[in-house]
Amino acid sequence: MNDEIRRETILEYNTHPFNKQTIDDDTYIKVNSNNESCIDNINLYIKIENDIIKDFYFDGEACAITTSATSIMIKSLLGKRISEVLDFITNYENMINELPYNKKILGEANVYDEIYKQQNRKRCALLPYIGLRKAILEYQNNR
Amino acid sequence: MHREDFVILANDLVYFDNAATSLKPKTVIAKMDEYYNSYGVNIKRGDYDLSFKADNEYENVRSLVKDFIKAANTNEIVFTSGVTESLNLIVNGYFKDKLKVNDEILLTKSEHASNILPWFRLSKEKDLNINYIPLDNNYEVTLDNVKKAITPNTKVISIAHVTNVIGDVRPLKEIVKYAHSLGILVVVDAAQSIPHMAVDVQDLNVDFLVFSAHKMCGPTGVGVLYGKEILLEEVSPLNLGGGLNESFTSDGKYTLKSLPYRLEAGTPNIAGVIGLGAAIKYLNNIGIDKINDYVSSLKTYLVNRLSSIPYVKLVNSNGSSGIIAFNIEGIFSQDVAFYLNKYHICVRAGNHCAKILKDEIGIANTVRISLYFYNTKEEIDYFVSLISDKNKILKEMLP
Repeated sequence: MNDEIRRETILEYNTHPFNKQTIDDDTYIKVNSNNESCIDNINLYIKIENDIIKDFYFDGEACAITTSATSIMIKSLLGKRISEVLDFITNYENMINELPYNKKILGEANVYDEIYKQQNRKRCALLPYIGLRKAILEYQNNR
Repeated sequence: MHREDFVILANDLVYFDNAATSLKPKTVIAKMDEYYNSYGVNIKRGDYDLSFKADNEYENVRSLVKDFIKAANTNEIVFTSGVTESLNLIVNGYFKDKLKVNDEILLTKSEHASNILPWFRLSKEKDLNINYIPLDNNYEVTLDNVKKAITPNTKVISIAHVTNVIGDVRPLKEIVKYAHSLGILVVVDAAQSIPHMAVDVQDLNVDFLVFSAHKMCGPTGVGVLYGKEILLEEVSPLNLGGGLNESFTSDGKYTLKSLPYRLEAGTPNIAGVIGLGAAIKYLNNIGIDKINDYVSSLKTYLVNRLSSIPYVKLVNSNGSSGIIAFNIEGIFSQDVAFYLNKYHICVRAGNHCAKILKDEIGIANTVRISLYFYNTKEEIDYFVSLISDKNKILKEMLP
């Protein structure tokens, strides 16, 4: 992937975030994910039924990396089974942390494959996934 | 001014985050090195020359601090680890014993977390009320608004001299005079003012005043609690141990030393205190008024340059301090900071530990530039040239 595509994809999702909307509905799991060392602060709203992500939104204030990464995460995982979602998250985290990962699974999220070069931005790219793991845990604990 | 005094400035670096911490001149580092290399032993053990020397150096700094803030005597100067510890000591060592149910504490929403959270906890513990002095249209504190906020239950006003986001200089002397006429005590967080302007605690007549060494060219991990002696006498130490006791016996009885030692438990940050002394001498040599004038003129220059860029939204352009908060329309503050970092310009993005200020200014996050005497117009020109092209920012802000 070349730099230009990376940059354009991230900027496009930053300018036009996917499913960025506040949801006031108890049937959605709401989790907050914020970055202690900087200022990104997002809420995820997830509706999971029968182990499938049926609906997925976010809101909050965050940098271009977090905003775009959250958008791409939501777009990629809407309609997916929890087992697939967890597999996706693991591969994504491995990519960010420079471990072996399956490129094919990640699709558009591959735009963050060089984020490790900027250690202080890794956390921005991981932030939405930290929230998603929390939400899945909450779903599994309440089942 | 005086850039040659800072080794770090020989690097390709524009440091605009002085409200977070200042850089350290060679003389401060050398003085601390000298302690560790030549007489790096504990204090208050006069049995050998080295300890005597360390003791002298340490206590000399107390005199330097006393003179620097024009305190009445050295008993009023207590060394702490910084503003946070100083404020926690005042809140929990003094006001905890003095305040009663429904007593009221006056703060502002532009205070730093360290001047808010200790009060929050105490107010929960003791069922006290916290109220906020309203800020005016420029997010500043006026005496009129202080008067309006005071109620018959108000017992203490705890505010910054200069705030760390808005950078406004509070009319302390007038506030203190009015507060005292009603028997209200005034606590002042001088973290952002001490590095920039002459502070005279007797002229201001404040009851407690706190600051940190690291924002005034000194080392991290050391700070000062000033209190009027009559008040400090009633502050209970939060830590007990060596250094502050006069005697203790096996039946559980103990007596504490007199001020200021009874508030300094354990081996203190000796090198840090000695470094603070070197920092005070360093600032005195330059002249604190000269620093204030220079930073004010630099700030005016920066405000003028920024005002000419239509998409730059300044939060505060009034105050005379060196602090400016702004946003670039359509770009998240942190992305601006990351962009500038590519050009080795250090700025702060975020809420700057003033997390309830957003209630007042309606903006949670900003980019903050805070200037000091070693910053230059050339640095400002370089910075302004970099943010004068919004497309360049958008193009380069990503990793």
